Amino acid sequence: MKTARSSGWRPFSRPHKRNAGNCIVQNISESVHCAHFPLISHCAKVSAMDAEASVFHVCEIKIPAGEVKIVSIFIQSLINGLNQGAIYALIALGYTMVYGILRMINFAHGDFIMVGAYTLFYTVPMMVNHGMPAWLAVIAAIAACVVVGVLVERIAYKPVRNSGSISALITALAMSLFLENLAMVLFGANPKTIPKIFDLPMIDILGAKIQVKYLLTLGIGLAIMICMTLFVRLTKIGKAMRAVPQDKEAATIIGINVDRIITMTFAIGSALAAVAALMYCSTYPRATTDMGTMMGIKAFIAAVLGGIGVIPGAMLGGMILGLIEIFVKVYIAPGWYEAITYGILIVVLLIKPSGILGKNVGEKV
Amino acid sequence: MLEVKDLYVNYGAVEAIKGISFTVNSGEIVTLIGANGAGKTTTLHTISGLVKAKSGSITYDGTDLLKTDPSKMITLGIAHVPEGRHVFPEMTVEENLQMGAYSSKDKDAEAESMKDVFEKFPRLKERRKQLAGTLSGGEQQMLAVGRALMGKPSIMLMDEPSMGLSPLLVKEVFAIIREIHQAGITVLLNEQNAKMALSIADRAYVLETGTISISGPASELLQDERVKKAYLGQ
Repeated sequence: MKTARSSGWRPFSRPHKRNAGNCIVQNISESVHCAHFPLISHCAKVSAMDAEASVFHVCEIKIPAGEVKIVSIFIQSLINGLNQGAIYALIALGYTMVYGILRMINFAHGDFIMVGAYTLFYTVPMMVNHGMPAWLAVIAAIAACVVVGVLVERIAYKPVRNSGSISALITALAMSLFLENLAMVLFGANPKTIPKIFDLPMIDILGAKIQVKYLLTLGIGLAIMICMTLFVRLTKIGKAMRAVPQDKEAATIIGINVDRIITMTFAIGSALAAVAALMYCSTYPRATTDMGTMMGIKAFIAAVLGGIGVIPGAMLGGMILGLIEIFVKVYIAPGWYEAITYGILIVVLLIKPSGILGKNVGEKV
Repeated sequence: MLEVKDLYVNYGAVEAIKGISFTVNSGEIVTLIGANGAGKTTTLHTISGLVKAKSGSITYDGTDLLKTDPSKMITLGIAHVPEGRHVFPEMTVEENLQMGAYSSKDKDAEAESMKDVFEKFPRLKERRKQLAGTLSGGEQQMLAVGRALMGKPSIMLMDEPSMGLSPLLVKEVFAIIREIHQAGITVLLNEQNAKMALSIADRAYVLETGTISISGPASELLQDERVKKAYLGQ
């Protein structure tokens, strides 16, 4: 049986995979190589530009060009890593919130990103045509993701909620496959290129060219993380979200409508996925039906790494994962980044099975 | 005010409750006594909607409880203090109490109730910032009662409040039940400790494998030979 998944399932990606968002990162790593072996290619131009920038800085801050180059590549990688990390973190947050309340991994969560990306593909041009800023399309994406997320929960997950974790897991995998194949039927198998979302300049920090939109992603990611932490800690609904997994029965008798809180959790997680889709598409402007698979797995790893069920853990795990990926690509070997990322996950889980910030909660009898 | 009529409850093929009927009048303490597995907890769970009935009816002040969403019970004035406390272990004492007032929108009333609860249970006030999971069994029981009081109920369903507590604490718990009752709250009490339960209750029903075998004023049941033999160890 050949499904979208069987062609899209690439746990160990090929070095020249085009759709998983390597393009920009590859440019950096290529330019690193080019610094040592100037080739006649596009990247040679990039390195020439970088070299010029470094020379300019040499005059200003009077440090040797080589060192500036090292510093600028480092800063650029750092920002790229944080950008990537913020996207993972936003997706991981969706995993963690659903896990927190249902003790279930929503494997279809990654595919909500895909839903968001396709919505952006159709709505960004509409926004632009009506003279509105392109990023406002995120509202449509949030609406689409929330509808899909809530429908998935109500139609697929709710009926199996009390049938054990294996049933829930299989249902989640099935929903993921279903959404991917449905997207294939609706939108076709060809990737769609999403129009430019942010029209923001580049800034220059110590010779590193930093995309302002990367900083924006990072800022939005951090802001959402802080808001969610406060929301769960202080608001009534947030407290109900914490109470439900601790004791469903007690939650019901004090007047919490458990079903409604669960649906609300899915809605919030899906809305965050839509925001993540906006961030992702502004960096890698391309929607494919299987884009959710890889993003989903990475974000899941980020959530587990940070401690699943813990909101700051999702942020930390996402950031660590993003930074590791970019730094391995730039400094070690571009083809190895996934092997190393997964390797680190295994090591962390061996040392601390509950994740970095996770609490080791024993089952109470 | 609470009327249970011909109630049948099944767990799969197992008949847990086989046609029981009883009433609780406003201002009473009514106790259901009986051995493990007699159906006491199932009865309370069915009243608060946590378990679905097979047939029969439960009405409370004219409202059909079998058709009421379980999360709406507290707004009708029915609070449930479940067996085994069921506090939220990863929340502080204060947060647990706040959760008890989840259905009320009145912040001032909530603060007022919290003050009352702290007055009644000074131990909880001392430990307000402590996680509920770190409290002792007796303190958790007080917290569970306090949380139920936060919902400003008119009837409280209490399931085995003395379970797992030391004799001294059992006495304290019963003193608290009396106090709650004096404050005007009707109490439906499930107890294995028949002696204590009968000593504070107005009326009592004895449950035996899903049916009511004996019922009457608590003082009479204390003298009943069958009750004495089976539940009072005399």
